[in-house]
Amino acid sequence: MGSNMAECHPVGFQWVMEAKRRGATVIHVDPRYTRTSANASLYVPIRAGTDIAFLGGIVNYILQNGREFREYVTAYTNAATILREDFRDTEDLSGLFSGWDPEQGAYDPASWQYEGMVAKPAVGMREVTVPVGERDGHRGDEPEPEQDPTLEHPRCVFQILKRHFSRYTPEVVEQVCGVPAELFTRVAETLCQNSGRDRTTAFAYALGWTQHSVGVQNIRCAAIIQLLLGNIGRPGGGILALRGHASIQGSTDIPTLFDLLPGYLPMPHAHHHPDLDTYCRMDAPPGGYWGRMREYTVSLLRAYFGDHARADNDWGFGLLPRIDGDHSTYPTVLAMLDGRVKGFFLLGENPAVGSANSRLHRLAMAHLEWLVVRDLVEIESASFWRDAPEIASGELRTKEIPTEVFFLPAAAHAEKDGTFTNTQRLLQWHERAVEPRGDCRSELWFMYHLGRRIREKLAGSSDPRDQAILALTWDYPTRGPYQDPDAEAVLAEINGYGPSGPLSTFTELKDDGTTSCGCWIYCGCFAGGVNQAARKKPGREQSWVAPEWGWAWPANRRILYNRASADPQGRPWSERKRYIWWDATAGRWTGHDVADIKADMAPDYRPGPGARAEMLLRGDEPFVMQADGKAWLFAPAGLRDGPLPVHYEPHESPFDNPLYEQRANPARQRFERSENRTNRDRRRFPYVLTSYRLTEHHTAGGMSRFVPFLAELQPEMFCEVSPQLAAERQLVNGGWAVITTERSAIEARVLVTDRIKPLRVGGRTVHQIGVPWHWGNRGLARGSSANDVFPILLDPNVHIQETKAATCDIRPGRLPGKEA
Amino acid sequence: MLRQLGARDPLGLGLTARSEATAGREARILGAERVARSVCPYCAVGCGQLVYVRNERVIQIEGDPDSPISRGRLCPKGAASEQLVNSPLREYRVKYRRPYGTEWEDLSLDQAMDMIAERVIETRRRTWEEEDAEGRPLRRTMGIASLGGATLDDEENYLIKKLFTGLGVVQVENQARI
Repeated sequence: MGSNMAECHPVGFQWVMEAKRRGATVIHVDPRYTRTSANASLYVPIRAGTDIAFLGGIVNYILQNGREFREYVTAYTNAATILREDFRDTEDLSGLFSGWDPEQGAYDPASWQYEGMVAKPAVGMREVTVPVGERDGHRGDEPEPEQDPTLEHPRCVFQILKRHFSRYTPEVVEQVCGVPAELFTRVAETLCQNSGRDRTTAFAYALGWTQHSVGVQNIRCAAIIQLLLGNIGRPGGGILALRGHASIQGSTDIPTLFDLLPGYLPMPHAHHHPDLDTYCRMDAPPGGYWGRMREYTVSLLRAYFGDHARADNDWGFGLLPRIDGDHSTYPTVLAMLDGRVKGFFLLGENPAVGSANSRLHRLAMAHLEWLVVRDLVEIESASFWRDAPEIASGELRTKEIPTEVFFLPAAAHAEKDGTFTNTQRLLQWHERAVEPRGDCRSELWFMYHLGRRIREKLAGSSDPRDQAILALTWDYPTRGPYQDPDAEAVLAEINGYGPSGPLSTFTELKDDGTTSCGCWIYCGCFAGGVNQAARKKPGREQSWVAPEWGWAWPANRRILYNRASADPQGRPWSERKRYIWWDATAGRWTGHDVADIKADMAPDYRPGPGARAEMLLRGDEPFVMQADGKAWLFAPAGLRDGPLPVHYEPHESPFDNPLYEQRANPARQRFERSENRTNRDRRRFPYVLTSYRLTEHHTAGGMSRFVPFLAELQPEMFCEVSPQLAAERQLVNGGWAVITTERSAIEARVLVTDRIKPLRVGGRTVHQIGVPWHWGNRGLARGSSANDVFPILLDPNVHIQETKAATCDIRPGRLPGKEA
Repeated sequence: MLRQLGARDPLGLGLTARSEATAGREARILGAERVARSVCPYCAVGCGQLVYVRNERVIQIEGDPDSPISRGRLCPKGAASEQLVNSPLREYRVKYRRPYGTEWEDLSLDQAMDMIAERVIETRRRTWEEEDAEGRPLRRTMGIASLGGATLDDEENYLIKKLFTGLGVVQVENQARI
């Protein structure tokens, strides 16, 4: 669901086809019929933006028919945990949870907490989604949360879940999603039959699930299904995020993101984190591997600041800059439009095409004082000042744009050493084949030498402002004709050092200054001083898990939470699904993978006095990153829009919410202004618009529209419409159409196809239009940018834009000035 | 068909498929002096690539049959990545547009690096926020932002985050949110 894997991850899809050949059932749920649908056993068309109604229907089907994997659910999830008395569900409050503050437009999550314990989330905005209480932990001296292992208590998570999803019946799924009830039931029944001790089911998703105002809750809902069916931590199970860039996982782990430090440590917040102690106390639960947050943080500060991070200066914690709000991409571009951002680096990204409301991004860049663009080719974001569509239309005039632009050519992947982290957390080293030519340089070269120059210019400064930059460790060995920093030396810093050399694993990290580590979850990738990511033992010469190809974080573990592949006593759930198990004779976990639990922690281990971190969890609790060792069916903290998924309509939708009075996600982030108006008039914008990718192009086109073969294979921007919509709007196959929203208008060739079917929803017909978003006004294949017509309207948890479900109008013809 | 059967080449993939034109063709990797082991730079599947080099130029990029992920396969983008490296539209020189300028100008890499370092220092000086209205430390600039990272190496992301954090630049973002 939410993925067209056959076209967008074709080589990964070979394994789906392999599974199908061996008897697996492949189900594809998507608004468009694609090559993934063609290869599936069952295709289910769905209205864009209604995934939670569909998935919630599956949750309800499982619970109403007693199809949950009861032993797994009771032992490994928080189903038995009892919630506070003051929690109110969307059933009680017309689509809102308790704690909603209409004035703030935000939730106070206090009432979502467990009875008897305040639980902290493993990720998310910990400091703002956890109430500041006196009891801020788990175990040790803290009381246990109250439990009812019979799952009968009316306030236990299992019963709350049952009630919350009870209205998501097959009939409601049909009414909301446009999926016939019997087709939906077939899907739900297939999932149930294919789960349990002997069988597992996997979900694969991509941007079709994330790019919504309920993006995080879409995935949460899949997690609930997979936990109820016992499909997490087991071979053939899981929820697989199919990510779209070579190292988008790596750039999340070692984040070029505003709210994180490496290894999912939170970026310090001005209001909540005055010092290291408070930072760790507020954000780390005592139990589980986050109980070692202080070790991870001190080791990072040692990697960043070396001997400038000492016990007597709080390990340099005060040198870190603070955040105090949402400083993500979109608020930043709005600040740029208002003239508050002066200088901007673009490092292999093309927002003039690739970001929602891309027109606004071009206008914003015209307000910059200076812009540095590093890319392989002259992308639209580098040349907006002379050939943006707004120059042609007269909205922008080159001679009035003050922006100073530096275009620096970049090195390609074959011209540098380094690691990509792929979508399955696997670090793979790629070797430099040749040196880059001309002025082309790697980002490693650029950042290193920029930092070196700035530090030289500021050397000797006593200004407090310059303390941190001068305290950075910045002495990397260089090589080759351009003094390129040695990528292996950087990887070794990321791995970390102890008194006796490179560290082997993150449990060796200390908070006393004797270890340094640039990213704790990557600790071990350079174990023994050997580049583990460069291991390339052929797949055919090792087991099916292939543990000696590359290195997976953490600890070269290929399936996370794999303790759950064995029962509470440590025995495989079935012979067919053996993965790791307890060897009582050896007193160790053994199997096909590195166990995701301390190797010698017996299944009957119980924490005693003085235990901390992972030793506070029991030997039969697989979810080692969670404060309570349990997977969360119900999330008592960590989310800004509720502890359970709820079907809300997309911000722009032709329909009211058939389920609740509350129409759309109440916590969604809105930025209404003249440059970013959203569609309100359903008669003017009656159709659903959804964007997608093609096999032959890559994201905003910088790496594909400028490549001759790829430009030739997909030369022109188009839109997909059904024959019925074509008839309704007089659209001709191969002709032109203009798609309009409140933001802008774009033109596209029309592809009239049965692949995109009108659906019956709420007693009427709804038409959907699909648009690929790869084009721009430069390169070998040119065309309108689909992102021009989408709004900046964000999910409140991760600030991702809703570009998979908007509304629009469509008419035959071309844009003004483009008529033949 | 008869010719194929006669030549014991029923699938027509052997000698019978050869014509005068194809007989003169050579494998694109012929004469490669070395092979680098790489990873496809497009999506996140992480297919193995073999990069063939002759005269210090990439002459061909093919799938790596040893990879347990891709087993030698590449998609249309991965298979076209030799053209990504050698695209006729690739830029090899720094280009500079001065404020209100109408054309690109030439600039040496060294001078560009020096000017960028100056811009960072100057903008940072003007927009520095030492603390907020209530006296809580901020130690940052909101006058500079950075975007990009998902197409880059882990090591590059590490240096980007480290340098910008040292400079007090907090508006650091990448493709993960779009």
